[in-house]
Amino acid sequence: MENMNKLLTASIKEVSQKINAGDVRSSDITKAAIKVTSIIKPLNAYITITNETAKKHAESSDSRQKDCSLLGKLDGIPIAIKDNYCTRSHPTTCASKMLSSFIPTYDATVYQNLKNVGAVLIGKTNLDEFAMGSGTIDSYYGPTKNLWNSDVFKKFYSCNSQAKEYVQQNTDAHSWHIAGGSSGGSAVAVATGSCYAAIGSDTGGSTRNPASYCGLVGLKPTYGLVSRYGLIPLVNSMDVPGILTRNIDDAVLILNNVAGPDRFDSTCFQKKYIPFDIPDTIDISNFRIGIPKEYKEKNLSPEVQECWDEVSQYLREGGASLSTVSLPHTNYSIMCYTVLNRCDVASNFACYDGMEYGHRSDEWNSVHNLYRKTRSEGFGKIVKERILVGNYFLLEENYEEYYVKAMKIRRLISDDFNTVWNNNIDLLLTPTTLTGAPKYNDFISMDNQAQCSVQDYCTQPANMAGIPAVNVPIKLSKNGLPLSLQLMGPPLKEKELLTVAKWIEQRVQFPKIELKDLSLLE
Amino acid sequence: MLLSKNISMFIKKYHKNISKKCIRFISGNIEEWKSTIGLEIHAQISTKSKLFSGAPTNFNNPINSCVSLFDCAIPGTMPVLNKKCVEAGVLTALALSCEVNAVSMFERKHYFYSDLPAGFQITQQKKPLAIGGKIKFNVFKTGVHKQPYSKSSKIKQIQLEQDSGKSLHNEGVGRSLIDLNRAGIPLMELVFEPDLTNGEEAAALVKELCFILQLLGTCSCKMEEGALRVDANVSISKSNAPLGIRTELKNISSLSAINHAIDYEIKRQISILQKGGEVINETRAWDPLSKKTVLMREKEEKHDYRFMPEPNLPPLHLYVNRNVQNTYNLIDVPSLKEQLPELPEQIRQNLLKSLTPDTLAAITSDLEWYLLFCDIIKNGKHREPQLVAKIFISEILSLLDKYNLDFTFCISNQKYIEELIDLIQAEIINQPTFKKLLSELLNKPNKMPKQIVEENNWFIISDEKELEMICLEILKTNPNLVKQYKAGRKKVFKKFLHKTFLLTEQRADMAKTSKIMTRLLS
Repeated sequence: MENMNKLLTASIKEVSQKINAGDVRSSDITKAAIKVTSIIKPLNAYITITNETAKKHAESSDSRQKDCSLLGKLDGIPIAIKDNYCTRSHPTTCASKMLSSFIPTYDATVYQNLKNVGAVLIGKTNLDEFAMGSGTIDSYYGPTKNLWNSDVFKKFYSCNSQAKEYVQQNTDAHSWHIAGGSSGGSAVAVATGSCYAAIGSDTGGSTRNPASYCGLVGLKPTYGLVSRYGLIPLVNSMDVPGILTRNIDDAVLILNNVAGPDRFDSTCFQKKYIPFDIPDTIDISNFRIGIPKEYKEKNLSPEVQECWDEVSQYLREGGASLSTVSLPHTNYSIMCYTVLNRCDVASNFACYDGMEYGHRSDEWNSVHNLYRKTRSEGFGKIVKERILVGNYFLLEENYEEYYVKAMKIRRLISDDFNTVWNNNIDLLLTPTTLTGAPKYNDFISMDNQAQCSVQDYCTQPANMAGIPAVNVPIKLSKNGLPLSLQLMGPPLKEKELLTVAKWIEQRVQFPKIELKDLSLLE
Repeated sequence: MLLSKNISMFIKKYHKNISKKCIRFISGNIEEWKSTIGLEIHAQISTKSKLFSGAPTNFNNPINSCVSLFDCAIPGTMPVLNKKCVEAGVLTALALSCEVNAVSMFERKHYFYSDLPAGFQITQQKKPLAIGGKIKFNVFKTGVHKQPYSKSSKIKQIQLEQDSGKSLHNEGVGRSLIDLNRAGIPLMELVFEPDLTNGEEAAALVKELCFILQLLGTCSCKMEEGALRVDANVSISKSNAPLGIRTELKNISSLSAINHAIDYEIKRQISILQKGGEVINETRAWDPLSKKTVLMREKEEKHDYRFMPEPNLPPLHLYVNRNVQNTYNLIDVPSLKEQLPELPEQIRQNLLKSLTPDTLAAITSDLEWYLLFCDIIKNGKHREPQLVAKIFISEILSLLDKYNLDFTFCISNQKYIEELIDLIQAEIINQPTFKKLLSELLNKPNKMPKQIVEENNWFIISDEKELEMICLEILKTNPNLVKQYKAGRKKVFKKFLHKTFLLTEQRADMAKTSKIMTRLLS
């Protein structure tokens, strides 16, 4: 298996062809992927490695291959799922002590759909506790570290770019780069080649943000296009299953297999989903792309700005028409989100009382004492703060002032986008994050609220409006870190969105990383 | 002719033994006080599955055997609205002349309780299923009212909501056990305006509501199973003064308890006010053993339920306007309206032509009886409704009462009863024979009444000549009685009749006998 190292970071299409042709067996790829999970252990991408299940899935894929009855392009392909999706018989922890012992008896629809087409589950990935964060640093299981500029990278990976050798200036143990979040585990799992795609979740940017920092495609589909059933909720009206892959075609493939109506999720579109492909030759001359001026945030790094300008120029050269547009309420998005997030958290988290499942304190005095102790032991600091604040916002006397007002602002933000679409703009091009991946010690110098308000600035409005958005990696920064941009489109315009994203992908040729030829994998 | 003294037995059923046990509080003048009662009624909707899950609703299933993942609030599960529940709610609303809202919303009502797994109840408050209805009913208390009087109460709203589970407290062991079979069972909450003045009216309202709901098939109304639960708000004020401070009587679970709990509470409050005291806003429960209302919860700080919209359910849209197309195949309110059966008011209006008011009130006070009555009339168009109704109210009901039989006894012997009614209507038998034949049912006869009459020669003797001969015979053999009668002791007349009765082996037509005897003695 000398090619296995290359195969692990290849595209799904390529691997799928090889599986189909019998050149490689799913179980061999799976075995190698599991090995990768062990070499990347220091990055802490996974909470659970589901190797037994992976083996089983892979073996059934092998036998389907023998019977010529493969279930499609995802058959035999290793994937990972963020640990806030329920997976039957596998722990689903949400990176919280509260659910550290929780083993669901059902599968989330997204995972069920992937299983139905033969995908192989490698593991459950790390996240901020209950997805409350943008760094994957607030996990009961410890933080996830970015692959880029890590020791793991140096030891096991090579990059095809004119890789500027990154010089570590600070040898402090906390000077590693964060993976972004909250789907940081999923991002690192994909970036390292331990799987071909991972499911994240995206409430305020939790898929796009780590995709941006890890140099991946991160797709947040239209709200309601992909079922939330089995995704443990954060903010129900904004949560969307997200897709992390190394290229656009892989993201399309995953989307085609997870999207569509679900009778278990009443907030899903009921219309049949029509799968699509994106051709390799793309003409973008009919696209009108808006550059929203409000996204030139004061903290936007010059490098990202440069990226933005460059890609705008490429698009123009490709024939697209670009114009500056305005989304005047962008600034309010974070505050508005803060209120709505806290309210939903206060409500959604009322179920964690230790009665039916999850952590339960050894307290027999009274039911309310049991609740109190269970909840104070089971939740981390950020979760507790949000529950407390949310309950405050929902008090009868505060409801109008906070919740109702926030809902009104949400409507204004959503209307901003509608106005733009109505003015013949097809897509919007913006930064995803204001910088490359911050260092852990810089990041934690801010509190969670401040972290989120910087991190989510560009990603949050798409969740408010329920529109699709995708992170496209563009290039490496001077420091050797991925820099990315975001495309946003009108509801259900995934095809158009990803068409332009693929054009950009082809144009910028973001560096590919590969596993070094390692005996480890043999 | 038939036993009219028993006519109100039906209505009396729920007054049994109570009034004498009620403690008297008041010695002064009651007239100056005005009592105001408003009801809130929770009716379980008769459906096979729960409001938001597929779990069955069967009352008799073993503990915790009807619990879906959603019912125990397993993270990631979502509510899916049961269409049948909405239809039942709409039918009920239409039958009570409510305005059905084209759009209604579900909300979360938060409170921590061990039998509420999610920590909130999904209910409707701000925008309920229906608003502004009315229920008309007859109030009739034997010995108090000569005739039933008509009363009505306005309905503020009807909302759909989830039932909670049940906590079983075992004081001895100091443990509480939870049964979630009831969690998520569909409820209609009917909120009435405070239009009533006493327990009698409240009980009559509930009885009428049960009649309607059972007629519609939307609720079993089995109060003993908790299928219908009544909360009553009771307050006392001076006439023409604003409403006084109210107490809430919770979960009253029988018709007699409604009546007596409210009347007790009225007296209790008046007694407090008369002593110059103050009524405290508190929640009380009816203790059927001590025949008192007892304190359930002290006056607490107003509970803030932190309502918020249920984010997992889109607004409930109904099709209400026939002038537009029902494009989205919504629940069709106008056609449900057409499906409404004949409602009690109309039923009574029609029956008034053939029944006296008191018989009418009695036969339409209970749906099962009414339906059997209708069926018997339908099976034999010649049958006189008034006669059939009276036979039910007096003869059959007293038999059931005496031998502690339930209604199914009537159903299984319907053919026998029908024939029996025909025999007495056609004056083929007399009333004592009727009773004899009715009691014969207890021996599970394998013959029909007509055959029994023929075999035993139990035909009525109504031939006037024959009766006159018998009467003459009696007079002849009882000269002393004749002497006493002629001397003015009219009471002995009964003895003549009795002797005739015995002599004819209880077969004489007693009405005719009485006439003949009077003539012969004059």
